[in-house]
Amino acid sequence: MASIIQTRGLTRRYGRQVAVDRLDLDVQEGEIFGFLGPNGAGKTTTILMLLGLTEPTEGTARVLGHDPTHDPMPIKRQVGYLPENVGFYDDLTGRENLQYIAALNEIPESQARAKIDAALATVGLAEEGDKIVGAYSRGMRQRLGIAELLVKDPRLLILDEPTLGLDPDGTLRMLELIRDLNRSRGITVMLSSHLLDQVQRICHRVGIMIQGRLVAVGTIEELARRKLGDAAGPSLEEIYMRYFKET
Amino acid sequence: MWKVCRKELADHFNSTRFLLLFCLVFMVALVSTYMAAENVHKALQGNTKPSQVFLMLFTTPGKFFSLVQFVAFFGPLLGIIMGFDAINRERQLRTLGKLLSQPIYRDAVVNGKFIAGVITITIVLASLLLLLSGMGLVILGVVPGPEEIARLAVYLLISIAYVAFWLGLAVLFSIFFRSLATSALASVAIWIFFSFFMGFLADLAADAIRPVYSTRDLRAVVANERLAHSISLISPAVLYAEATGAILDPFQRSTSRLLLVTPLEGLSLERFQGPLPLDQSVFLVWPHVVLLIALTLICFGIAYVTFLRQEIRTL
Ligand SMILES: Nc1ncnc2c1ncn2[C@@H]1O[C@H](COP(=O)(O)OP(=O)(O)OP(=O)(O)O)[C@@H](O)[C@H]1O
Ligand SMILES: [Mg+2]
Repeated sequence: MASIIQTRGLTRRYGRQVAVDRLDLDVQEGEIFGFLGPNGAGKTTTILMLLGLTEPTEGTARVLGHDPTHDPMPIKRQVGYLPENVGFYDDLTGRENLQYIAALNEIPESQARAKIDAALATVGLAEEGDKIVGAYSRGMRQRLGIAELLVKDPRLLILDEPTLGLDPDGTLRMLELIRDLNRSRGITVMLSSHLLDQVQRICHRVGIMIQGRLVAVGTIEELARRKLGDAAGPSLEEIYMRYFKET
Repeated sequence: MWKVCRKELADHFNSTRFLLLFCLVFMVALVSTYMAAENVHKALQGNTKPSQVFLMLFTTPGKFFSLVQFVAFFGPLLGIIMGFDAINRERQLRTLGKLLSQPIYRDAVVNGKFIAGVITITIVLASLLLLLSGMGLVILGVVPGPEEIARLAVYLLISIAYVAFWLGLAVLFSIFFRSLATSALASVAIWIFFSFFMGFLADLAADAIRPVYSTRDLRAVVANERLAHSISLISPAVLYAEATGAILDPFQRSTSRLLLVTPLEGLSLERFQGPLPLDQSVFLVWPHVVLLIALTLICFGIAYVTFLRQEIRTL
């Protein structure tokens, strides 16, 4: 398996504050990687650097074999990025929002229609596509956000807190959607979150980031063995709290 | 870039704000030009027609103001209204991060928006001019000669550059200020400053630098006036007024108010010698036009660089 995301010594400082501290991260092709950490840990900053939207102070990153700082175009073409708290043009319909994204990705109009319909169907918005986004519920907006990513047939999805503000049912549907995309289309997923149980449910591997430093990476079982001994039924919650208290 | 531009154009033409403004401008322009046409028509009756009478349609005040004055006054508002929320609206909607993660260059966003604005301005002003010319044609019964048409075209180009300056300024503020209201207010403040206070300030500054102790000291008076005039040229409003004045009035031989008021100049026969050819008029206002475009480019350039360096954090 090849690394689809690879960072070495990636660092970002804001003034004297270190938002991301010498990060060495590897995400493998085909997996769902959970990026965990409390508020202000530096998750969003890391993601922005992976997309070339913020420049690292030091260190290097490779995404799909390209350097995000100097060569972001191929990355942007193949990566679907869902920002935390994604927004839309509220006075346009869901479909029109998708059309704009398709146009920006140079998808010819003849293909765009079919892709948009398919994306709306996948996220369960086939019926609501022609409603104005201003009238969407929180859950629908979040799903529209995923539909926008699907329009460009991404190889990699980077989702920043995709379940933020969703109710338990919405959260469940979102996670199932993500898992389904990973399984049926082989899309690699990196998602950030601070909700542990949901990450535990769908992620193959997790990384725990605290105050800009990656303190642990591995499968949940591995982390449990390392931190809790051979306690039965490893709970990410417990692992996380151990790491959290240590720092 | 053209993808962004196309969407922005569609947005402009679909927005209620724009439609309202469009109707307002057209109505005021129609009424004032109609009155101007009536006035010109009356004045012409019984007289032989002077040359280039068609242009008077645009420079003659109806009851309150001429069309040219109206555009000079309202054009900036048009530019401001189209640009003040260009970037900060995307911030507010939280669409900026998403937009920039698409395979487009960052500058394409600013360029696309700016160009869409310029295209809109061009469409509005050109259709306004065409409509009013048509109306003038009917009322005056005068067919504009090729030179008059050329002068109107030059006038149109200068006007587009002028409104584009305000568009650029508004876009710049939409990058600097997060709040829509602040950016709109900042643009309007600059507009008021340049349009209404610049002349006054220029006089003040000139008096401070080159004081006139006696009005009989002609040299001092001239130096003072010259300086005040030069200072006031920082203002795009002044630049625009002088440039369009000279273009639409072929009898105007200088853009400097001073030369027309000094006794000798005023008495000179120049003014009665018939109109200046178009190329001479253009030559006269060339520096103005260059300066106006330079100011626009400076505004846009600053906007551009600021945006390229800005953190896109949509917090
Ligand atoms: N533009 C900025 N200027 C100064 N400091 C910043 C800036 N952006 C982020 N930071 C700081 O960097 C740190 C990491 O922020 P970041 O948003 O990456 O955390 P996060 O893990 O995404 O948190 P959350 O879970 O709340 O989204 C924070 O302490 C924040 O204050
Ligand atoms: Mg975050």
